[in-house]
Amino acid sequence: MKQILILSGKGGTGKTTVAGAFIELSKSIAFADCDVDAPNLHLIIDKLSEPKKTDYYGFQKAVIKNLKCTNCGLCEKICRFDAIKNKFINIHKCEGCGLCVEICPVKAIVMSDYSSGSLMLYKDDGKVFSTAQLKMGNGASGKLVAAVKKQLSDNFIDSKISIIDGSPGIGCPVVASVSGADIVVIVTEPTVSGIHDMKRIIDTARHFNINPVVCINKFDINEENTKEIERYCDSINIDVIGKIPFDPMVVKAVNNCKSISQYPESPAGKAIKQIWDFIDRNLIKANHCKNKN
Amino acid sequence: MKIIIPVESKNADAPVCPSFGRTPFFMLFDTETQKSDFIDNAAANSQGGAGIKAAQTLVDSGAKILITYRCGQNAADVLNAGGIKIYKAENGSANDNIKKYKEEKLSVLTDIHPGFHNHGGKNK
Amino acid sequence: MKIAVLSGKGGTGKTLVSVNLACSAKKAVYADCDVEEPNGQLFLKPIITNKTSVTVTIPSVDLNKCTRCRKCITFCKYNALALINDKLMIFNEVCHSCGGCIVLCPQKAFMETSRIIGSIEEGISGNVLAVSGCLNTGEVSGVPIIKSIMSKLPKEEIVIIDCPPGSACVVMESIRSADFCVLVAEPTIFGTHNLAMVYDLVKFFNKPAGVLLNKCVDGQENPSEEFCINNKINILAKIPFDEQLGSLNSQGFISVREDNKYKELFENLLTNIEKEILQ
Repeated sequence: MKQILILSGKGGTGKTTVAGAFIELSKSIAFADCDVDAPNLHLIIDKLSEPKKTDYYGFQKAVIKNLKCTNCGLCEKICRFDAIKNKFINIHKCEGCGLCVEICPVKAIVMSDYSSGSLMLYKDDGKVFSTAQLKMGNGASGKLVAAVKKQLSDNFIDSKISIIDGSPGIGCPVVASVSGADIVVIVTEPTVSGIHDMKRIIDTARHFNINPVVCINKFDINEENTKEIERYCDSINIDVIGKIPFDPMVVKAVNNCKSISQYPESPAGKAIKQIWDFIDRNLIKANHCKNKN
Repeated sequence: MKIIIPVESKNADAPVCPSFGRTPFFMLFDTETQKSDFIDNAAANSQGGAGIKAAQTLVDSGAKILITYRCGQNAADVLNAGGIKIYKAENGSANDNIKKYKEEKLSVLTDIHPGFHNHGGKNK
Repeated sequence: MKIAVLSGKGGTGKTLVSVNLACSAKKAVYADCDVEEPNGQLFLKPIITNKTSVTVTIPSVDLNKCTRCRKCITFCKYNALALINDKLMIFNEVCHSCGGCIVLCPQKAFMETSRIIGSIEEGISGNVLAVSGCLNTGEVSGVPIIKSIMSKLPKEEIVIIDCPPGSACVVMESIRSADFCVLVAEPTIFGTHNLAMVYDLVKFFNKPAGVLLNKCVDGQENPSEEFCINNKINILAKIPFDEQLGSLNSQGFISVREDNKYKELFENLLTNIEKEILQ
């Protein structure tokens, strides 16, 4: 089973648009949205029924038992995350290290389960779609991402490929989504920000022994920059596997809760199909993306 | 000499678990007594550093050989420091792999993946 | 006066708005808190006056004092410690810097040391002091860098905080000391969905907020505008989808410095926001 992960570095370059199209074109029966902070994929997947929701429990958080507390203030002094003030523990700042629990002279602090988000599982007609929503203000989203992937692998029966819509950035949730990915597709755009961020996400993917491929979205908004991306990728042995033109049809499709691949005659629809065909022919059947360094 | 293998259930014919750090159990096989014991993996539900904790369990068990599909850098550091040699598992059960090891058909695991900062482990 | 610019969804125009707002003031500070992918400097091209490393604390052990009692190993929720062949191994990248092992060791065998996770650069670009954070690739959390940026911000000036996308801990850290939040939204259901999330976040922190609708197309429905109307959220401004603006942006130009019509647009926006804050 090949796992295809779509990343970008910069937000807003078109990850979900591309992921949604790949899912349609490949008739994939196993896919996931790992952008647990701001999941959007479900908005353009056809015919989804109600998902099964499970509360996700990450790190436990510390809780002060007020009746036992003598107000000595030791926990407040010792906490490295500034999570304790006036006998009150800020759950958003608490990282669950448990030091306050150990240090409290009257054992007034305990660790308690804390739900930092919910997992959602959609199972329709043999398809499995795994996603999650992190509750706002929470950290350690990487663990929730790992849970999304585990939920997917625990539930799908047999699939040649699975498609994962990743999150922007290079941090926690991105690192977690890279684990287990066979093919990484970076969707970039020809703007100075897009290029800058693409370089960092390429670095991050390579840090984890993956050789990503790149596709340039909205390539015609700045053809100079597009050429720069192609030159840069060539210089570091990264393949640019396709270019998608700016197409107002994309917004229309999204706002109609549809994937752009349902408009196959549109310029963007055509370009994404070509990219998918390339991936299908050349990457899924081979071991292209494993870094042989 | 003791060989240790991550397994999906407490059964010598159980499949080798694709994950090392988060495997539910380990099978500890003693080549002198030819007996198998099963250890719970305390790291299975770890929020993070599962590979490290699992590797600590292995070192404490006295095992000298580990047969696994995958292993992360942090866990490998612990295992190397503890003098445990890591072999690459092949498709099949724990027993199948012990047999292959005895027949010298297993190769050393060289593809050690970098740490995933608490979020890794491939679940097939 | 601290104004945070956030969006939930990536690519809606946070940096475009933040940079141009800062440049349209007489004098301002631009703080780039999107430390995973900082972009403000690409536009401001500041002359760097200061660069500092951001570190996190990690433990190091004096094996002569260690009695191998394993108290630290049992305590550590992140499994950052292991005892192998009489040596205590410490895994820095997994360590959350809670300091617990250092405090709890009965032999006081640990010392504090540190490792670098990123950097902050301060620089000048015309009327703007730019403070930009950058997380090193391979690191997972930019929170310590954002905290450090916040501690460097002058109190008296107009500060525009360019926030990361999403609504997770890094965003929370970025808006913590903000007096007002500008939520930048695009006219797609993706944008609206994420706008709703980030609106929840600012409400939770009791921050006064308003929405800037970006990339608006005349005659086309705008689900984000509908969201604002339905939830009685103040719409601060509507920026039309503008090829010239997009082109300037894609090349790294600061639009208010290139064309007066944009200067006026952002000056008005800043005035509106100031009015909202003073209310």
